[in-house]
Amino acid sequence: MARIIVVTSGKGGVGKTTTSAAVSMGLAKKGHKTAVIDFDVGLRNLDLIMGCERRVVYDFVNVINGEATLNQALIRDKHCDNLYILPASQTRDKDSLSLEGVGKILDELSKTFDYIVCDSPAGIEKGAHLAMYFADDAFVVTNPEVSSVRDSDRMLGLLASKSRRAELNEEPIKEYLILSRYSPDRVKLGEMLSVNDVQEILSLHLLGVTPESKSVLNASNSGTPVILDEKSDAGQAYADIVARYLGEEKPHRFIDEKKGLFGKLFGGK
Amino acid sequence: MNLLDYFRSSKISTAAVAKERLQILVAHERSSRNQPSYLPQLQKELLEVIKKYIHVDQEAISFNFEQDDHQETLELNIVLPDLSHKKN
Repeated sequence: MARIIVVTSGKGGVGKTTTSAAVSMGLAKKGHKTAVIDFDVGLRNLDLIMGCERRVVYDFVNVINGEATLNQALIRDKHCDNLYILPASQTRDKDSLSLEGVGKILDELSKTFDYIVCDSPAGIEKGAHLAMYFADDAFVVTNPEVSSVRDSDRMLGLLASKSRRAELNEEPIKEYLILSRYSPDRVKLGEMLSVNDVQEILSLHLLGVTPESKSVLNASNSGTPVILDEKSDAGQAYADIVARYLGEEKPHRFIDEKKGLFGKLFGGK
Repeated sequence: MNLLDYFRSSKISTAAVAKERLQILVAHERSSRNQPSYLPQLQKELLEVIKKYIHVDQEAISFNFEQDDHQETLELNIVLPDLSHKKN
């Protein structure tokens, strides 16, 4: 029986796909058989971030419509044998997904996979609803910025009321916060909400903070999930996130500012 | 406090403003999403009934829905028009 994780945020551009790619790769590298599914029908991008865009033959909608089998549509990752990607359809619209269709595919994947990561589209429409409906765990990706925090809170409301677990009165979805694109320097200057501020507002369990980092763009440019860039700060932040999710104790990093020469001269600590 | 902090403290931190705005907004949005879905309709119909008997403005009537673990309370507050004015 697989554990189903939805990576969600409400707002676009906060790092859902980056997180989905990194987390699924991290879980697979830890030895768990993992599938990552792109729910953004019509605007697929996970394939690009995972670097398998030229190997897409069949997609999610093909499988739902019975035009291809799940095994035909799943793309095995070139870096890790435990990781499979199910791309979204680029040509159909979001109504091509149905609750029954998605449920059937997740059931089938659940038989052989340990983790299923659902990369949610932005917004609160059908694709986003289906991505979170069957989830056991939710990774809420939030930027330290007012609109992102507000949208995350809205998603929390939906997770608690419009999911399968909510409708069946089961144990609620476990919600985790991933605070992304964090700049400790700007927090120190009072220009950015701090981790504590965001946690205080959303009252979520913090899974990790990922720093604003050049390595994220470099990783997406080359189509390799940033977690594989083990020397980078963002890569290490995601490795920590995966480890914490799997129950390891890791102190939080990338929360304090780096001190330059000026900071060293004038800084207190 | 170091030298830099001294200069910073004279500026209002935008992060603090953001936090305060968010806390108010999120609290408001959370309370309204926990309300039962029939509430807006109930509110509208109650208003019509009240208006049949008392001439009040919409602003004179306020609804407040509260919820805790044990009970839900719907509070309806009507400010009646000042009768002393009418007599004149």
